Amino acid sequence: MKKIISLFVTVMLLTCTLTGCGGSKEAVATDGSTSMNKVIGALGESFEADTGITVTYNATGSGAGIQAVQEGRCDIGLSSRNLKTEELEKGLEGTVLAYDGIAIIVNLNNPVSDLTVEMIARIYTGEITNWSEVGGSDTEIVLIGREAGSGTRDGFESITDTEDVCVYRQELTSTGDVITTVASNPAAIGYASLASVKDTVKPLTVDGIAPSEQTIKDGSYVVQRPFVLVTKADAELSESAQKFFDYVTSGEASEIISNAGVVPAN
Amino acid sequence: MKRGLVLDDFERTRNRKPRFYEKVIHGIFLMLGLITVGCVLLITIYLIISGIPAIKEIDLINFLFGKEWASTAAEPKYGILPFILTSVYGTTGAILIGVPIGFFAAVYLSKIASQKLRSVIEAAVSLLAGIPSVVYGLVGMLVLVPAIRELFHVPDGASLLAAIVVLAVMILPNIIKVSITALDAVPKEYEDASLALGATPIETIFKVSVPAAKSGIAAAVVLGVGRAIGEAMAVMMVAGNVANMPSLFQSVRFLTTAVSGEMAYSSPGSLQRNALFSIALILFLFIMLINATLNFFLKRDKEK
Repeated sequence: MKKIISLFVTVMLLTCTLTGCGGSKEAVATDGSTSMNKVIGALGESFEADTGITVTYNATGSGAGIQAVQEGRCDIGLSSRNLKTEELEKGLEGTVLAYDGIAIIVNLNNPVSDLTVEMIARIYTGEITNWSEVGGSDTEIVLIGREAGSGTRDGFESITDTEDVCVYRQELTSTGDVITTVASNPAAIGYASLASVKDTVKPLTVDGIAPSEQTIKDGSYVVQRPFVLVTKADAELSESAQKFFDYVTSGEASEIISNAGVVPAN
Repeated sequence: MKRGLVLDDFERTRNRKPRFYEKVIHGIFLMLGLITVGCVLLITIYLIISGIPAIKEIDLINFLFGKEWASTAAEPKYGILPFILTSVYGTTGAILIGVPIGFFAAVYLSKIASQKLRSVIEAAVSLLAGIPSVVYGLVGMLVLVPAIRELFHVPDGASLLAAIVVLAVMILPNIIKVSITALDAVPKEYEDASLALGATPIETIFKVSVPAAKSGIAAAVVLGVGRAIGEAMAVMMVAGNVANMPSLFQSVRFLTTAVSGEMAYSSPGSLQRNALFSIALILFLFIMLINATLNFFLKRDKEK
């Protein structure tokens, strides 16, 4: 028994030393898009494991994040849209970290396989309510979406320009639930991160282009948005922030980025 | 003489100073008891403190009777009437379905079933009570929701009805178990007397046993209400979660799911987060009310 206890204590102490208890080096502050939570969280974790530098993340929204960089309140701003010209003029610089592709999914038995962005928007705002209006069978369209605040919902609604006007039939709290529901209801349409879509549902082609890593990267699949790292063009990053920046834009981070459900830019 | 000696012995044991470790153990038990009280107090105070600001800001009337909830819209609206009504309707529906089934099952198990059958069914009921709510939700989502869609020819089965059915099944074990205990506790003499007077067994059950156990059965119902109104996970998976005014085949959002659905995304200190706490406070008040009712029944039972 004593042996076990001493072994336990040794292991505890060892883990403590290895993880570097109390060795708080400089932290990297990031601030911005709530949708980037997952990818920045994953990157920050592995970066911290490698270097011991902590990465803080403040989920405030793209606009607030861009402003925070400009005012010097954080090292790296996170934006889930491209920078506007006036933001570029203010001396900010955007580096695309990844692309978030959103697949529009329907049931496998649904004959419809292509929609335009405009049609999708009209479906989600309740203007088109029957599949027959877009070339399908005569059934009412069941709109499946995500809960308010979800990054995927935010992305989908901002791309299709349907913010706050979608008339959902169901608001589900996870990508998995959306896919399961669409897979079980022949009249359903939903959206989900491309990375999580399996062959239980049919991803639609949008304007004739099927979603894939390739089409998302080259921009031909339009239901997507960039995840941008925002920095000041003229000022230099702090040493640890530069390290983090180099790390996340390097090839070795791309696996972590794809695991977080988005398409790495590099 | 002997009697005096025994008493003497008794007195001596009684008056002996409690040993040190007894005191320590008393202290530990007291502390353990106080932990529970502390948790309740902490949660209550925390809920009240974090729930009040949003109610003040939104205005109590607008908050409770507003029909629209759009917390992330450009012009946010915080009316929780749809949630309150959904929770009330959903719970009522679950009780309407669950109580008759549970009650008659309990009567059967307590008074009519053979010992062997009773032990089998009771084991099944216990198992039903032990199934995690996420499993109820999953089965509801994969079986019940499509079934409702097919059966009633509605475009989508995720609805108040689906939630009611799931909740009704979930409260069954509570109702059955507590009712059985109440029915078992009815003195056998009552029933024997009734039978001796010429009443049939069924007459005896419904005119003697059930009335004698009625406060226990009422407690079972209240317990079921408490379970139904507080359930979040299972209903979240079958109810659709859109903040509509409740209607049987519409997608609805309960008080519980309103809180849990948005909590993860709301930023600390925002009106949205505070409003979620206010919803939790309202839910808490509902549950306090239910508990008070439960205590009332239990106390009345004891006084009898």
